[in-house]
Parts: sequence; structure tokens; C-alpha cells
Amino acid sequence: MRNAALVLFLRGLALALLLAAPARASGLDAALLARLAGSDTAARLAAISALGELADPRAAQVLQALGDGKLAAAPGGRMLIDTGNGRAVDAATGEETALPPDADGVIVNNRLRRAISAALAGSRLFSEDPAQRLAAAQRLAQDGDPARLPAIARALAAERSDRVRAALEIAQASLELKSADPAVRRHAVELLGRTDNAAFRPALAAMAAQRPDGSYGEPDPAVRAAAESALRGIDRHLATVEWMGNLFYGLSLGSILLLAALGLAITFGLMGVINMAHGELLMIGAYVAYVVQLLFRRYVPGWMDWYVIAALPAAFVVAAAVGMALERTVIRWLYGRPLETLLATWGISLILMQGVRSLFGAQNVEVANPSWMSGGVTVLGGLVLTYNRLAIIAFALLVVFFVWLLLNHTRLGLFVRAITQNRRMADCVGVPTGRVDMLAFGLGSGIAGLAGVALSQLGNVGPDLGRGYLVDSFMVVVLGGVGQLAGTVVAAMGLGGVNKFLEPYAGAVMAKITILVLIILFVQKRPQGLFAPRGRSAE
Amino acid sequence: MKRRLVLKQLTAATLLAATGWMPQQAMAADTIKVGILHSLSGTMAISETSLKDVALMAIDEINAQGGVMGKQLEPVVVDPASNWPLFAEKARQLLAQDKVAAVFGCWTSVSRKSVLPVFKELNGLLFYPVQYEGEELEKNVFYTGAAPNQQAIPAVEYLMSEDGGGAKRFVLLGTDYVYPRTTNKILRAFLHSKGVQDADIKEVYTPFGHSDYQTIVADIKQFAAGGKTAVVSTINGDSNVPFYKELGNAGLKATDVPVVAFSVGEEELRGVDTRPLVGHLAAWNYFQSIKNPVNDAFIQKWKAYAKAKNLPNADTVVTNDPMEATYIGIHMWKQAVEQAKTTDVDAVIAAMGGQQFAAPDGFTIEMDKTNHHLHKPVYIGEINGDGQFNIVWKTDGPIRAQPWSPYIPGNEGKQGL
Repeated sequence: MRNAALVLFLRGLALALLLAAPARASGLDAALLARLAGSDTAARLAAISALGELADPRAAQVLQALGDGKLAAAPGGRMLIDTGNGRAVDAATGEETALPPDADGVIVNNRLRRAISAALAGSRLFSEDPAQRLAAAQRLAQDGDPARLPAIARALAAERSDRVRAALEIAQASLELKSADPAVRRHAVELLGRTDNAAFRPALAAMAAQRPDGSYGEPDPAVRAAAESALRGIDRHLATVEWMGNLFYGLSLGSILLLAALGLAITFGLMGVINMAHGELLMIGAYVAYVVQLLFRRYVPGWMDWYVIAALPAAFVVAAAVGMALERTVIRWLYGRPLETLLATWGISLILMQGVRSLFGAQNVEVANPSWMSGGVTVLGGLVLTYNRLAIIAFALLVVFFVWLLLNHTRLGLFVRAITQNRRMADCVGVPTGRVDMLAFGLGSGIAGLAGVALSQLGNVGPDLGRGYLVDSFMVVVLGGVGQLAGTVVAAMGLGGVNKFLEPYAGAVMAKITILVLIILFVQKRPQGLFAPRGRSAE
Repeated sequence: MKRRLVLKQLTAATLLAATGWMPQQAMAADTIKVGILHSLSGTMAISETSLKDVALMAIDEINAQGGVMGKQLEPVVVDPASNWPLFAEKARQLLAQDKVAAVFGCWTSVSRKSVLPVFKELNGLLFYPVQYEGEELEKNVFYTGAAPNQQAIPAVEYLMSEDGGGAKRFVLLGTDYVYPRTTNKILRAFLHSKGVQDADIKEVYTPFGHSDYQTIVADIKQFAAGGKTAVVSTINGDSNVPFYKELGNAGLKATDVPVVAFSVGEEELRGVDTRPLVGHLAAWNYFQSIKNPVNDAFIQKWKAYAKAKNLPNADTVVTNDPMEATYIGIHMWKQAVEQAKTTDVDAVIAAMGGQQFAAPDGFTIEMDKTNHHLHKPVYIGEINGDGQFNIVWKTDGPIRAQPWSPYIPGNEGKQGL
């Protein structure tokens, strides 16, 4: 294996050396480097492409540094690569020096960044790392620069990895669309059609389209037919991607609604408390995440990536404590008086919001995503599943599972269900209803705290965070059927899905309105919600 | 018993609080009151809170130099809480009850439209510090932010240029209210004049405080498959944070689809990890990264003020365009009052035209003699990895505002007041 790689590397190197202008092994041309920092865009572009053609690995290093904003121009025209901590490497000679304080960072714009990535792709086509070669081939496929064709052909001849070969062939095909030979064009069209990649759609559509003067973008009818069929294939694939995308977005929105509503499903659904302060319990959870993040940043900066995990139990405990305190001091005296409960909890929600405002300020606070929750994975060649949303879907399912376990397989759960069905009878047979009420309310609040941590990873954390989710939470619980956990799950996922499938057609504003209208109609037909409690317990 | 005690204490506390106000009102005679009308809570607090603070800083600065006409300025700060009708109520309170000489405030156009009738009725004076959609010229308002030709039009021209990526298709994405809708109407007409078809323009709106940008980012991606695309974002308030987070996570790079924002500055980016956003753009008349002595002093002053007043996150405070515009507005008002030798609104309005001020944007800028707008330079900046902007394009000097956009039919005859 190692031998094969070595041979490949040597071959690539030899090819590159053959191609490149005679590069001096001792260092890069300082005048060329100095041009990178000038103010004339055309000269800078020329310098970038000249560097891209050099075989010297230091040239690629310089380009990379320029793209990353790490290249600095020291007075006297010397170019330095900033390596952090006040150290730098001389771009021309490679010797290490200290970074002079008056060195100016070289600023690039998007046009230069594009040129840099194209230049790097050209030189990395012959890199020893297959991943770099693959990335280079994919980059060249987007470029549409026919001058690259010979280089791609040479790379193809040398390439052993099947994945890189496939990518190179696609890059070649994308450039051969303009070939003079109809057979070559047709082959290219068919190959591009098979990739299902939407990036090639404009080029194919231009071939199939009729110009105002009656002629076609593609003169040969056979090639045109191939282009049309390729277009149909790509469109079919795009439709699938869109559908799957909506499904994922719906699932993601549904899981957020579910998390937000799950605590309410216990406090309102099972215990019948109209808790207008539910949203503020979410907010408290989010602020706990913020505080834990601050503590981690100050005391264990090396573990910053895991602060979210530590925030979960903390948020649960804090929100549950707040919830239990509320229950003991306010809500307990108001059982069976829904109107008073509503007013009292509304007041509490205002107090909590103002309290947070005086403690943390009215401005939103910054809660960063840990690095393992940033970015996403691309599936089906175009659909990005972002890690933070995947993590939240998994987390929501986990929380539902634990709540189900708790309600159906523990003594506390049994008591809660008994009280839900018939409070007085449960009291008679010795269930400590007061204590159970407190614990159940604490559980509901704690889950809201957990949800707050999850929400802090998606949106803004501010004193008003809860307001936006309160209506949604009640909507989910009422739609699902009061007193039913399964109903809450189905309602949350259903609402998320319907919302996301409507949004592409109706827009975000109309989708929300449509959902609300649908719920009004539904609740009129079925006031008890999707899943109604059956039996004598149902009033 | 206990409850009664609590009640008593509460009443006493309220009384104390009420009387605490009295002396302040009584001694107001030898000061000049100015109102500050910015949302300190709600969805716009992310943008407006720092404007309140910078206004207070400018007032402190003026007071330290002896005040206006020998009188100290007394700021009256109110919080309209991102609630548009409340803006009108608070404005009425400032003008009728507190009798302020001028009001510095508002961010969203909907809040400005909401206070306009109050300022006209009570003949107040409003300094509005934010870029906006134009199509308005009120005697009682001075606009120290940009009109569309000082921000939106140059930004789109840049996107269409070779340096900006030569965009052929445009997504106009905004929050659903008057500023994005009007700006996009102007931009659509402008793009038509440049030969861009309706099929290549996509307008998308979201409610205030929207936080789920999955579908929209996916749509942008799909739209971009049809050719070189750029996004023009007029999203306002804290929705920008989830939007940029989603953009970064979905891997939509600035080299593929650049997003130029009109309401995102250094302050809004404080809550965002900008590394995935490098290269996305913003168009303003001022950036913190502009290098000149006036700006260096301005940034120093602001940092020292934030530290002295112990503002939240005082060690990471930044300056931005609307803050600069607020700062200019207060100083120009002071100059006008001193020239008119009175705080009388009509006299100050008459004195405002032609006022000049050495601004942190690097120019001595001038209030237009007739149209109540500043002559401002235009900068386009790219977001870099530390939440600041690298300036990639600028005008040679300040340009005159056109509040009535020539791209909206029927505006041909409209000029001054």
C-alpha cells in the first residue's frame, strides 16, 4: 500500500515538475509574492494563478495562508505567514521569524478567494492526499475553465482511486460540454445527467433552450435530446431532495415543538394547571446553558465542547427547583380555579422575565454551538442535515423515552396517572397528592429547562425567549389531546411537518396563519384533541 | 398580619419611588432635556440598546465640555420595547410631558412611521440614525442614516460587478414590514433597469423574531443552482443570528452565494461565530475597521465609556454605523442650537441645513441644505473571522442622499420638502 502511494506521489510530482515553470527550489520569487498585497486586483489575480502553477509546495502554502487571512505584509515588501502566538514564517524562504507588530494582514475579497481556490485546485490535482485530489477535482468541475482540460486528462491518466477518477471524469465532462465534437458533447451530457448534481443544470438547460432567433443552444438534435433527458433526471432528483428536505425540516421543527411542549404536557396535560409561565421555564433553561458556558470558559476552557452536556442536568435541576417553588407558593392554593391560575402564572411569567432582565440585561446573550454541533452532513448530493438539528431530534426522542419510562414504570408515574384519573379516590387510598403534585410540577418544569438548553443551540437567548414558544406549546398540547403523552408527540411532529411542507408554497408568514386556521377548525370539530382520554376519567 | 405588613411596606416603597422622581423634575429648569427613544427589550434590543448607550455617551461628552449654550443636557431614556404603538405613546410622553428639545431614536421604519404623527402634531424634532427605504421627507425629522442611493443601490451594483462576483440572480430576503418591502421594490425596479428578469428575482419575507431559516436557506441553495446568485438581506433584529447560524451550518459559502446585509453590523455579529461567514458582505456608511484619527478617538471613547459604565460585555464592545449616525446627529443638533441660540424647534430646523461635522467615517460630512439627509460616503465590507469587516469597496467621497428614489415611478418631481 505504502509503495503504491509513494509511486503515485512520485509520478504526480514528476508530472507537476514537467508542467511547471522552472521553479527554484530555494524559495519563491519575492517580487511575485509582493504583488499579492498590492491594490491592483488584476495584478493580484495574475500573481495568484502564477503561484498556482508553481510546483513548490510552499506556493500552495502561501495561497492557503492568503485564503485564510494569515498572510501579512511586513514593511519592506517581505511577506510573512502568521503562525499564531506572534510567530511567523517567511513566505519566500520558509525561515521562522517573529511577526513584526507593524505587519499588515493582506485582505482578500470573494473574487480573490475564488481565484485562490481554483489555483489551489490546479496544484492539488497532483497532491499525495486522495482527499485533496478529490476536493480539487470537485472544485474544477464548477470552474468551467477549458484551459484546465489537459491537466485533468493527465491527472486522470495517473489516478488510481476510483472516487477521485469519477470526480475527475465529471470535471472533464463539465468542460467538454463546449467541445466541437458532438459525440464528445453527448458523452459529457450523459455523464453529467447521471450525477444528479444541480450545479450542472444551468449549462444543460442552456443547451436545451431555444434562442429567440429559433436556433438552439445545442445544434445537434441527438445531443439536445440527451441534454433534455439529463435535465429531466436532475429535476426528478431535485424534487426528491426537496421532499426529503421538507421531511427533515418538519422533523426538526417538530422535535423543537415537542421539547417545548413536553413539560407543558405534564403540568397542563396531566395536572390541569394552565401554566402561563411555562415559556419562562424554557428561558431559565437557556440561561442556565449560558451560565454553564461562562463557567466552562473561565475554569475549564479545554472542555468547552462539552458544556452543553453539563448544562443539561444543571438546567433540569434549576428549572425544576423554580417550578416546585412556584407550585408550593402560588399554584397549590389555586388548584381547581383555572382563571386565577392563569392570571397568577401570567404575573409570575412577567416577574421572571423582568428578573432575568435585571440580572443579565435586556440584550440577547451569546450561546455558542460546540464545535461538534456546527456544520452538517450532505446527503443525496444536495441536502445538508445540520448537526445541531440532528442532535436535537435525537435528544427530543430520548427525553420522550425517559418521560414515558418515568410515567409508566415508576411509582411516581403511577401516582401521577392515578391523580390524573381521579384525584379524590387517589387521595382516599393514601396517595400523598400534595407531594406528588409538587414532584410532577417539578418534573414538567425540569423538562422545560432541558428544552431551554436545546433551544439555546438554535435561536436567540433573551428574556423574551419563552414568549414565542408559549403559544406553540399550548397549541401542541391541546391539539394532541389533554392528558396524553402520545398525543403530544403526534401533534408536535404533525404540526412541524405540515408547517414545513406548506412553507415553500405559502411563505413563512402564510404558513403560520394557515396552521392556526387549521387548528381552529380542528378543535371545533374535535375539542378533545387527537387522542381523547377514554373511560370514566373523561369528564 | 403578615400580609398586611407586606402591603404596608409595598405602599411605602411605591410612595418613596414616586417622591424620588419629584426633585429631578423640579430641578429641570436650568437643563435642556433630550429624549432617547430606543427599544431596550424585545426583538430589536440587539440593535438599539447600543444606540441608547452611545447617545448617553455623546451627551456626557457635551456636558463635560460645558453643555449647550451653557446649559447641561439631561437625557430622558424611555423603553418602547420593540412595540410599535408603544413608540408613539412614549414619543408623546417625551414631547408633551417631559418637554424635550429633541428626540434621538427609532430603528425600524415601522417605529418611525408610528411616531411621525406625534412629532408633526406636537412639532417635535426627531433624529433618526438608521439607513432606511426613503420615500419620506418630514420637516420634523433629520435622517442621519443612509437613503437607498447611499447604501442599497451601490451594494447591488457591487454584487453585479466583477469584483462582487457578477451576480445574475437575486434573492431579496427580508423581515415583513415597510423597510424591506419598499427597499425591495426599489431594488426590483433597479434590477429591471439593469436587464434582470423577474424570473431571476426571488422575494422572501419572514415575520419579526423568526428563528427557523431551514427552508429558506435550502430554497436559496436551490435558486442558486440556476446561475450566479447573490442574496440581499434586509432581515432586522435578532432573527439575523439564527439566519447566519443556519447559513454557516448549511455550508453556503460566500464564494458561492454572497449575502449582502443592510441591517447587520458589528453589533449584530457579536452573538455569532463569524468563521463560517467570512466573505459575506454588509453595506454601510461607516465600519469600525475604518482607519483614521477621528474614528480611532471615537472607538477609544466608546470603549472607555463602556468600561466606566460597566455595560454588559464591556470588554468586547464594538462601534457600528447607526451608532456613528447617532453620535453625528447629537453633535450636529448641538451646533444648530448654538447657531440658532435657542432650542426652539423651527429655529433649530432652519439652522440644521449646512451643518458640518468631522465624522468617524473619515470625512467632514454635511447636512444637506434642503433635504434633511446627510451627505455620506458608502463602504462595502466583508465579514472577517473576528466579527469585523474588511472594506472591499468605497466611494471617493460623500454622496448626496436621494430620499425619493428615481426607480419608483411618480417620484420625478419630488425633491426637497
